[in-house]
Amino acid sequence: MSATPSIVGKKEREALIDPLFNNNPIALQVLGICSALAVTTKVETALVMSVALTVVLMGSNVAVSLIRDRIPNSIRIVVQLTIIASLVIVTDQVLKAFLFDVSKQLSVFVGLIITNCIVMGRAEAYAMQNGPVSSLFDAVGNGLGYSLVLILVAFFRELLGGGKLLGFVILPLATEGGWYNPNGLMVLAPGAFFLIGIFIWVLRTWKPDQIEAD
Amino acid sequence: MEALLSLAVKATFVENMALAFFLGMCSFLAVSKKVETAIGLGGAVIFVLGITCPMNQVIYEYVLREGALAWLHADLAAVDLSFLNFLTFIGTIAAMVQIVEMTLDRYLPALYSALGVFLPLIAVNCAILGASLFMVERDYNTTESVVYGLGSGIGWALAVVALAAIREKMRYSHVPPALRGLGITFILTGLMAIGFMAFAGIQL
Repeated sequence: MSATPSIVGKKEREALIDPLFNNNPIALQVLGICSALAVTTKVETALVMSVALTVVLMGSNVAVSLIRDRIPNSIRIVVQLTIIASLVIVTDQVLKAFLFDVSKQLSVFVGLIITNCIVMGRAEAYAMQNGPVSSLFDAVGNGLGYSLVLILVAFFRELLGGGKLLGFVILPLATEGGWYNPNGLMVLAPGAFFLIGIFIWVLRTWKPDQIEAD
Repeated sequence: MEALLSLAVKATFVENMALAFFLGMCSFLAVSKKVETAIGLGGAVIFVLGITCPMNQVIYEYVLREGALAWLHADLAAVDLSFLNFLTFIGTIAAMVQIVEMTLDRYLPALYSALGVFLPLIAVNCAILGASLFMVERDYNTTESVVYGLGSGIGWALAVVALAAIREKMRYSHVPPALRGLGITFILTGLMAIGFMAFAGIQL
């Protein structure tokens, strides 16, 4: 625990802000890319996925951090996986109960939060060494960093691929009497790869210290 | 037989785990720097997918699915444990990886040392869990799940080896500094995904 009297000390603030641009889980730590690409054809699914991941991340970081001194080192991976899997089951059931359509679209990717490296990675790298409060902030920060990339990619894919945002028509399609010819590539898998590549390019041009040596 | 062949081709090329569903991306990007390590991990993934996918199918069929426990006792016919599938599948995968590791160490030490560090990593590779979840969603039977597991494993291995080969050559090209490493790898993967989309119309 940090010694500062206020609950949001410098360490917590860093844990919250850093993952947004300086240490983005997707662009720099290369974590959690699988789901980031797959659920971003629409802004709606990306939003739901971001919330689901952030909730699981918060739960797992706090839970792992609370029992970190009691987990034997040799079985810590199994313990972490069990905590994460239980949280994901709860999230999945909640989604199925209240957002059935979105949950159908997300298909297996809610379940794949279990193997999402962000959750495992933060539990292993941060929550195992830090107290529950700063772990919670770390979880929110990383969740937001992930959500930022996800929503950005989804924004462009839905706008350029279908002329819509959250289901509302922004660019009227040529096939429906408008003027915009949709870019079909954006909806397909390669479009997601290109967009993330370009996102990393822009981010690293802005922050040159993230450029890889190789 | 034809249906199985078609399923294998679909799993390997058309619905490639890495390039169409983005599964196993983390290790896909991490190990694709050298062809040798890519082949090692690719082999391990084929192996583990070929085992865990049918394993999980059998468990789902006889334990988790709604009414699956009827063979145990007539009163259990109404039990539906399918909400436990995430926990069960990941447990099975972790256990299988451990067993495979121990068996290889005992009986095939050459293969074990070749796969080495990659085996334990596979437990958290989303391609493995993804295959099991797709298997449930698409209702494959045991034979189909063997074919699907092996096919998607081979597809993943193909993609990772191909990407590693391209990245080895990339060292001689002049890439804009900010795009080096991760950025250019994403764009390469995107181009490969376009290439694999050419398989989309294949029907056997």
